[in-house]
Amino acid sequence: MEASIASFAYLVAAVCFILGIRGLASPETARQGNWIAIAGMAIAIGATLLRPQIVTFELVLGGIVIGGAIGTVIALRVKITDLPQLVAIFNSLVGLAAVLIAAAALESPSLYGIPVEGGLATHSLVEIMASTAIGAVTFTGSVVAFAKLHGLMRSAPITFTGQRAVNAFVGLIVLMAALAFAGWGTAGLFWALALAALIWGVLVVIPIGGADMPVVISVLNSASGWASCGIGFTLDNPLMIITGALVGASGAILSYIMCRGMNRSLTHVLLGGFGGETDGPTGEAADRGPVKAGNADDAAFMLRNAGSVVIVPGYGMAVAQAQHALREMVDLLEGEGVRVRYAIHPVAGRMPGHMNVLLAEANVPYDKVVEMEAINRDFPSTDIAFVIGANDITNPSARNDTSSPIYGMPVLEVDRARMVMFVKRSMASGYAGVDNPLFFNENTMMLFGDAKAMCEGIIKSLE
Amino acid sequence: MAEPLNRDAAAIADRAGQLADEAQRLAAEAADLAHRAAQADAPATDPILFGLTVFALACFVGYYVVWKVTPALHAPLMSVANAISGVVVLGAMIAAGPAIFGVSKLLGFVAVVVASVNIFGGFIITQRMLQMYRKKGS
Repeated sequence: MEASIASFAYLVAAVCFILGIRGLASPETARQGNWIAIAGMAIAIGATLLRPQIVTFELVLGGIVIGGAIGTVIALRVKITDLPQLVAIFNSLVGLAAVLIAAAALESPSLYGIPVEGGLATHSLVEIMASTAIGAVTFTGSVVAFAKLHGLMRSAPITFTGQRAVNAFVGLIVLMAALAFAGWGTAGLFWALALAALIWGVLVVIPIGGADMPVVISVLNSASGWASCGIGFTLDNPLMIITGALVGASGAILSYIMCRGMNRSLTHVLLGGFGGETDGPTGEAADRGPVKAGNADDAAFMLRNAGSVVIVPGYGMAVAQAQHALREMVDLLEGEGVRVRYAIHPVAGRMPGHMNVLLAEANVPYDKVVEMEAINRDFPSTDIAFVIGANDITNPSARNDTSSPIYGMPVLEVDRARMVMFVKRSMASGYAGVDNPLFFNENTMMLFGDAKAMCEGIIKSLE
Repeated sequence: MAEPLNRDAAAIADRAGQLADEAQRLAAEAADLAHRAAQADAPATDPILFGLTVFALACFVGYYVVWKVTPALHAPLMSVANAISGVVVLGAMIAAGPAIFGVSKLLGFVAVVVASVNIFGGFIITQRMLQMYRKKGS
């Protein structure tokens, strides 16, 4: 009887999770969706507390209280600009939990009703093996992604000679340990597999550069889902299987969208080493001719007299925390009757939707924020494209220079606007290490300086 | 006269005995069938096959639901995915729950803590983000 009650509760919870994600189809239904998902989680946990396997409650409830308190404090304190790191660390925790639960299932299979006579069945071993391997790679891979995003380690690709051979070799060890564990199922092989997968997770992520992080985070998000799916199979828990599949699908789709936004294949991104960030102008840049630089006053004058302005934010805006100053600037311009909108490239920033959430934080209404496909046709009728902290995602070489490394990548066609302003710290090329010919255009004005300071300068001049 | 009557009675008794046997056999057979039917009703589905069915359908649901998510909300999508992946806490709770203390109980406890960080942290940060999304003029 308890088993049917739990199964029914899990079904309800699964429906709640699906409705929760469904709510994200529009900002109007999203908050309600989140509450439905929270209710689903409460129902699932409540039903599990009633199960006969749980006899003592100290560690169960204590664990929920401790973990819940830590999670609450982190989520309330974290700055919205640090969101990519937060998602990375949460991905890693799912991976860690999957490994721990797989270990517990191997240690006491009877707890979960896994038949033990004559050793665990092969399918149980395969399920434990899969969740351990995926979970361990997700754990360390996400920790490295977190360290890169949080500035604890260099975000540029870390490469060394023979790296691919080393990665392939360790990958092979993971594979062999996995097969051996599925065959013999000893605890020693389990920990060998876990250790090899932990090392492999680190090796795979270190050569991937900062600007590829939207893909990495999405892939790890997906992996955390598949790991919980594996645990669901081991424990015969349909709710975990469903949830894992939802999360896995979500991460996979986001990875696909991010790769499409860069016109690169998933393997190309994951093999890493793409585009070391360069400092200072390259030699070639000098031959391109003069650059027109302006100051805040020039920019303010032109912006005020424009009819329509499209703002293109990039990671530089996030780094400089310029979103609030930018919004103030836009408020003043709108007061002068200028029509202002924001254009978002799918891979701008360090995670999917990064720019949208930063602008939302600065109280920019979401109906003024436009996706790339929708805004590109409006650039020819735009007076000024104001690019702040972005570079590669506006580079026209992607459209017309077949020799460019970023050729074929979809870009925001700011060069079709009557005028382009670039707020940039220096002439340094973007992440891809490619020169942007737009800098040298007749109708481009470079605004050198920190994004936030520049916006504040323009605000001062507008007032 | 009594002779054939006796013979008839014996024959009838015999037939009755045979019938009773037959009935008993049929009853046994029916019981056996009912028993088998009952068995077939309960756990006859292979749990792996059941799991795979659920998995395949959930993948399709996930695919269609996630494509409907507006790109503006991709960041909250990731954080709510973090939160619901915390559902592995259900497995962790069962490992942490038994009366006897052992390695698996300890592993379960750590996993409960870790998964709970995700559940609370994930849902709260999602809510924080969603509260920031406003329409013009509101």
